[in-house]
Amino acid sequence: MSTRVGVGTKILGAAAFVSLGALAVFALVVAPPDERQGDAQRLMYVHVPAAWLAYLAFFVTAVASVLWLVPRTRSTTWDLLAGASAEIGVVFTGLTLVLGSLWGRPTWGTWWEWDARVTTTAVLFFLYLGYLALRRTGATAQERGTRCAIAALIAFVDVPIVHFSVTWWETLHQEATVFNRDLDVQFEGFWMPFTLIFAVFAFTLLYAFLVMVRLRLAELDEGREERQLEEAIAERVAVTV
Amino acid sequence: MNMFREALLVAGKDLRIEARSRVALQQIVPFGGIVLIVFAFALDPDRGLLPRVAPGLFWTAVLLASLLSITRSFSIEEANGARDGLRLSGLDGGAIFLGKAAAVALQLLLLEVVLGFGVVVLYDVSVRGVVLIACTTVVATVALAATGTVYGVLAAGLRARETLVPLLVLPAVTPVVLGGTRAFEAALAGAPSDGWPWVQLLAAFAVLAVVAGVLAFGPLLEEDS
Repeated sequence: MSTRVGVGTKILGAAAFVSLGALAVFALVVAPPDERQGDAQRLMYVHVPAAWLAYLAFFVTAVASVLWLVPRTRSTTWDLLAGASAEIGVVFTGLTLVLGSLWGRPTWGTWWEWDARVTTTAVLFFLYLGYLALRRTGATAQERGTRCAIAALIAFVDVPIVHFSVTWWETLHQEATVFNRDLDVQFEGFWMPFTLIFAVFAFTLLYAFLVMVRLRLAELDEGREERQLEEAIAERVAVTV
Repeated sequence: MNMFREALLVAGKDLRIEARSRVALQQIVPFGGIVLIVFAFALDPDRGLLPRVAPGLFWTAVLLASLLSITRSFSIEEANGARDGLRLSGLDGGAIFLGKAAAVALQLLLLEVVLGFGVVVLYDVSVRGVVLIACTTVVATVALAATGTVYGVLAAGLRARETLVPLLVLPAVTPVVLGGTRAFEAALAGAPSDGWPWVQLLAAFAVLAVVAGVLAFGPLLEEDS
């Protein structure tokens, strides 16, 4: 089995890194600083696309899990894709939290605000950490597939409920609001919205590249122990004969 | 045999095992009790903080103890190939889920009554809005038991299940803790109208968890592990 990635993945990777380089220029140089927040607002160009990427990744995990559960479309690839995508999603959820915290400090005056979005994202992070831990309990797709797919779907349905309940809680005690809870940015001119849209585009390319590499790696890893054992036995038999 | 009679059979089996082994009574209820005392150590009873945060502490204690109930509910299926027995019994997967969740829910209700007395006595809480408190307790318990039972079977038979179940269950039931706490606060503050919307949220969560469990339990039980 070849261990190399395909040409398509390489092109995707090149496109992702070129556009991320361009994003750095747009976000740091071309786009103007925000009137109220100054340069701190530039964090938006990584914070927002990181959050977008996390949601996209978990959505892909949910779709792949459904495809695994439907008997007609069941295939190892869907299980591996669900896992690969969830891993990337967890990394970018963590990144979203860290970047949001860094942005919140100069803007809200605190590292952490019990805002509905922040709280939901934190719960989301732990839900999918649990999912990844569950995935490690089975060595092959056959062993872990169904339980992981169901766990992924429960997590996916749970997130809107968590968000709704926290939002509701928040609207009931509005008097606690001291700081502007939204990282509100008034878009001005052309470059700010353009940079943000371009950032989402660049991060989506990055996601596609990462998920393909991770999926390839998972395919190689799938059943590796059994394969290697068989190879070793075959070698051993060949020696004794 | 219809689904509910099958569920009753499974619930009866689990409760009979409990009645003979007394694990919930002799281990899980005392665990909840010591958690209440630990909270008092952490928050210093003299500062007057305890009565104000009692609803949150109550639900946190219930949640921690429920993790033990869930793990216990599936560890009794591990010995003597009981899990294979369940699969061979011909009972419907959804019915097995309902039965096991009902048994967990009943044990949790007992635990909640004991912890409720504990909170009133130890934290100096004066009880108001009994109807709201009772409804919140029942609905939240169904939600907790159903969610926990789904995750319990997800992790059943795995080597790392004792550590996996808490990590899976706690983030998933955050809305239950939030809703239960807010509804209790509203009841104790004498403003039950603020609490009923939370009961509705808990009810919606409970219905979703039960439906998810009934649908998912069959395929999960059939999984080899």
